[in-house]
Amino acid sequence: MNLSGWLIVCLQTVLFVAMAPLFSGWIKWCKSILQNRRPAPLYQPYLDLRRLFSKRVVWAEHASILFRIAPYLILGATILAASITPFFSTDLPSARVMDAIALAGLFAFARFFLALAGMDIGTAFGGMGSSREMTVSAFAEPAMLMMLFTVSMVASSTNLSVVIHTIETQMVMTRPSLWFAAMGFLMVIVSECGRIPVDNPNTHLELTMIHEAMILEYSGRFLAQIELASQLKLLIYAVLAINIFNPWGLAHGYGLDRISIAFLIISGKLMVFGALLAILETVLAKMRLFNVPIFLMLAFTLSLGGMLSFIILEA
Amino acid sequence: MFFAHLPVHEQITLAFAAMALMLSFGMLIHPRVVTVVKMFALQGLFVSIVTALAATIDNAPHLYFSALLTLILKVILIPYMLFRMIKKFDMYFVQDDVLHPVLTILGAGALVIFCYDRTLPIAVSAASLTGHLIAICMSIVLIGMIMLISRKTAISQVAGFMTIENGLFFAAVSITDGMPMIVEFGVAFDVLVASVIFGVFFLHIKESIESLNIGSMADLSEKDS
Repeated sequence: MNLSGWLIVCLQTVLFVAMAPLFSGWIKWCKSILQNRRPAPLYQPYLDLRRLFSKRVVWAEHASILFRIAPYLILGATILAASITPFFSTDLPSARVMDAIALAGLFAFARFFLALAGMDIGTAFGGMGSSREMTVSAFAEPAMLMMLFTVSMVASSTNLSVVIHTIETQMVMTRPSLWFAAMGFLMVIVSECGRIPVDNPNTHLELTMIHEAMILEYSGRFLAQIELASQLKLLIYAVLAINIFNPWGLAHGYGLDRISIAFLIISGKLMVFGALLAILETVLAKMRLFNVPIFLMLAFTLSLGGMLSFIILEA
Repeated sequence: MFFAHLPVHEQITLAFAAMALMLSFGMLIHPRVVTVVKMFALQGLFVSIVTALAATIDNAPHLYFSALLTLILKVILIPYMLFRMIKKFDMYFVQDDVLHPVLTILGAGALVIFCYDRTLPIAVSAASLTGHLIAICMSIVLIGMIMLISRKTAISQVAGFMTIENGLFFAAVSITDGMPMIVEFGVAFDVLVASVIFGVFFLHIKESIESLNIGSMADLSEKDS
């Protein structure tokens, strides 16, 4: 066992959690600028989280034990997912413990408990939100797995560290399979993280909300945990997209200088990615719920096309 | 690995071929007629780029003419004529929804796998790199046929028909060194004539059933009253 390797795992997990609110604050900031509004400061999500953590928790009358443990499970599974996602270094010993498919499984685990918690109270909105979330994820998950299979076939491994390292060393920017997988994955990110055009993270409009409908009954520190988990999920997906499809400037070895340079590079790339996401959310309108399966089927087709073009043209 | 060892321009050739295939998928389910025609033009552009690159790979200069011919016909002339018809029949905002988009696209994916399976012997025995494209060419042809079945508006059906021609031309370029020049000119001319005739047909269909939706042609049959 390599101690400094595990140290990097701990460091990057802490950084993941610490930077997640900042990333969503950055997206909000870009969106405000694009929509001619005066932006809230970048650290606003931290203030929101602090406010929520210091507030008293109000329980619904019929809340069961499931409702109480769900936030811990959701945040825990998401942090665990963060620990196996290569952030700025590809030499992660934790990636050997859990591979890319386990990552998808962790997200499914978190989503399962979120949906259960939504139904637990028995309000109409919670059940509606859970049912919608499950519908969307039933379409999004095959697309995500197909994307993971494609990149795993390119690298002949499902270990995320190995995948990213292989793609980085091969200089394979011309591979059509990776282009299609990247496009499909972008659509999956949009739907899994509840962004426009699938869900709107800013509103609580009854008719259209998906994610917000499930967590309506949460308050105080439990709401803060779920908010942090969803911000963290967005950051993990963004880092995955950047590191799988555009990996350069990652740290090799455990030197502090390399790691800090790699961290600066990935921060810059995240800023660009967040700005792109904000532009997408500004120019697109939210689509009807019944069009979401078609949208996600398109994502699935793109990922499938990536896999097919790998088999036909590149194998 | 096979792909990573290829020179860059050969990698780009394969990438453009894959994108032409994905455009077929897009044309298959996109609900707007105008976008389908735009995608058709883009596919023609990709096919002509692949042809030009294949000319450099196979060292066959006459393929440059084929590429130029494709560029003029399928990227500029035919899309222009289709756009003119769309304008004439005022179809900019017409929705041409496919009945079961999800099933259609899954079927198309299955067809691609089928084509790959059938053409594997050709690809394995092919001397040149472009032999690997044969599965993609066949898929483009078959997806064009699905478009003819599943589309309801005449203009998208014509785009589907032209896609089939794209796929055939692509196949000719990829497994042989292209057809003889005379044949190629003949085919190109045929396609051009076909698009003119389609225009006349559109006019007649529009006059007789007052819509370009082929489904309403069923109303033409005599009914017992």
